[in-house]
Amino acid sequence: MTVTHLPTEKILDLYTRMLRIRRFEEMVGKLFAQGQLPGFVHLYIGEEAVGAGVCAALRDDDYITSTHRGHGHVIAKGGDFNRMMAELFGRQTGYCKGKGGSMHIADFEIGMLGACGIVGGGLGVATGAGLSAWYRGTDQVSVAFFGDGAANEGSFHEALNLASTLKLPVIFVCENNQYGEFTPAIHAMNITDIAQRAAGYGIPGVIVDGTDALAVYPAAAAAVQRARQGHGPTLLEAKTHRRGGHAEGEIAFLAGQDYRLPEEVQAAAASDPVIRLHTYIVEQGLIPPPQLETLDQDITGSVAAAVEFARTSPEPEIASIYEDTWV
Amino acid sequence: MARKTYIAAINEALFEEMRRDPMVLLIGEDVRIGVFAGTRGLHKEFGDKRVLDTPISELAVAGAGVGAAATGLRPVVDLMFGTFLYLAFDQIANQAGAMRYMFGGQTRLPLVYMVQNGTGASAGHHHSQSVHQFFMNMPLIKVIMPATPYDVKGLLKAAIRDDNPVIFLNHLALGGQRGEVPDEEYLIPIGQGEIKRSGSHVTVCSVGLMVHHSLKAAKELEKEGIDVEVIDLRTLKPWDEALVLHSVAKTGRFVAVDEGHMVCGAASEWAATVAEKAFHDLKAPVKRVTSKPVPIPFSPKLEKAVVPSPEEIADAVRQVLGTRVPA
Ligand SMILES: Cc1ncc(C[n+]2csc(CCOP(=O)(O)OP(=O)(O)O)c2C)c(N)n1
Ligand SMILES: [Mg+2]
Repeated sequence: MTVTHLPTEKILDLYTRMLRIRRFEEMVGKLFAQGQLPGFVHLYIGEEAVGAGVCAALRDDDYITSTHRGHGHVIAKGGDFNRMMAELFGRQTGYCKGKGGSMHIADFEIGMLGACGIVGGGLGVATGAGLSAWYRGTDQVSVAFFGDGAANEGSFHEALNLASTLKLPVIFVCENNQYGEFTPAIHAMNITDIAQRAAGYGIPGVIVDGTDALAVYPAAAAAVQRARQGHGPTLLEAKTHRRGGHAEGEIAFLAGQDYRLPEEVQAAAASDPVIRLHTYIVEQGLIPPPQLETLDQDITGSVAAAVEFARTSPEPEIASIYEDTWV
Repeated sequence: MARKTYIAAINEALFEEMRRDPMVLLIGEDVRIGVFAGTRGLHKEFGDKRVLDTPISELAVAGAGVGAAATGLRPVVDLMFGTFLYLAFDQIANQAGAMRYMFGGQTRLPLVYMVQNGTGASAGHHHSQSVHQFFMNMPLIKVIMPATPYDVKGLLKAAIRDDNPVIFLNHLALGGQRGEVPDEEYLIPIGQGEIKRSGSHVTVCSVGLMVHHSLKAAKELEKEGIDVEVIDLRTLKPWDEALVLHSVAKTGRFVAVDEGHMVCGAASEWAATVAEKAFHDLKAPVKRVTSKPVPIPFSPKLEKAVVPSPEEIADAVRQVLGTRVPA
């Protein structure tokens, strides 16, 4: 764990964002297993330090775009549990009135410009938000979260080239969790570090331990500062692990086919970002454990309340299929 | 004869064709594991050289299919979901669909793009669209969407043996559908439709999931003394015009049902052809039943409401029979 001189308040902020993601996602996993959620669900468990570390370096008016594994990004940017959970249940009170679902949550009020079911679909949009900030002359920045797999899409290369050529305030955050679905990242590219690709676009490529929030945060803060000051994009590669499968319920359809290396599964368990930060806080004596316990209980309570909110919310009306079409 | 699932029939077709012809190879994301199980087991038998997992790079993979086909191979390119074909659009529209013609017949392209098309998973807009109409608009691309295990096997084998580029659409909702599949080898000619239920009052024409919805509607209407003929075109391009016109000559009434959209869609194509070529056989105006002109919403309730239901199809049949006044 990175030894840090960050104020305790900031460390608590990081920990809170991460724990909020963890408890929400654990509940989502449980609900999915119980057959309560329609569609596909991809959990962010194991990757919390990336979303939290990056979003803690952003202002409320900064932008992010996300992926199919997007719940963590919404929460890290300050999203609301109730409206998220209601969206996962497909209810009228959800963020997108039940029209988006797990892979399409957005909250434009907090600069969260949308999760995306198309791999690599968010990089162009984030570049455009950066263009907009530049054009309007604000010092807002824009972040594109995407996976190792997405780094093999044409959109990754085109967006990096576009943003670097125009020196736009965009931070490209690659969450390298070692797999794209069931294919190891190293079988889908001829290099091990995606950050190397930054060189091809003349921008900094930074590698960070994505399971260490205290490493992610300063790296993100530096990239954000660079972008705000008009020096252009950074490619930040966070090495991380997903604790679970690619998608919930995959065990059933994999039918005994195994694709993860035992060493990697072990490494994932040994580098749990939430446990790591918790241990650091306790060992350094930064926050009394009972206070952490209370925080956990509060979050768990809010998650339970969100489930109740979602369950008791109405289904959307059929007539709503024609709403939110042309302005 | 044995009862098999639609997915198992796809799997059998791939095994048989790869055994038959060493030039057939399978390329795509996670084809070894088999995200939809249709490609499962192939890697074990045919090895790394003939079953290639690719990076998530649809445009390059689709283009590689073109180049490989133009130089002697018979690639089956698995792009997973129909919507991912959008990322490969350029290579399909500008290369696969034009190369032979544009270069004065110098090459042929024995090439299959295979994906899952349509609704049924409540997975939101990026995983639920019906994309067939876009490819119907590309002059030299064949488009196939089978509705039963028997048809999917016979048509996939025919598509792999065909010397032209084919978009092969497995319907997302039909993977678990069971039906009779003979043990002995058979092929189904591309472009040949089938009467799935013969009747005398109205011709209902559809493909994919909508064939099943149309059959449900026909069963319901039987109780009202209405005798519906249900045609499954199986191939969207080239489509079996003669079969449809022959049927309309008998029934004098025509309802086109499609999960795609009405504007420039499959149903409109069939309806226009019937209106143009069978005008004097018609006892009532033709009728189209299609998905509503909106993106596919996530909520299972809304998703269902957007695509044609058996009830809507039955209503359209009653309308062309004049047994129900149009709303
Ligand atoms: C354009 C496109 N191709 C393929 C898919 C299917 N798919 C969904 S997630 C995924 C893996 C993405 O890997 P990565 O970018 O590393 O993200 P991770 O799931 O690891 O977070 C794939 C191939 C998709 N959704 N969109
Ligand atoms: Mg990944």
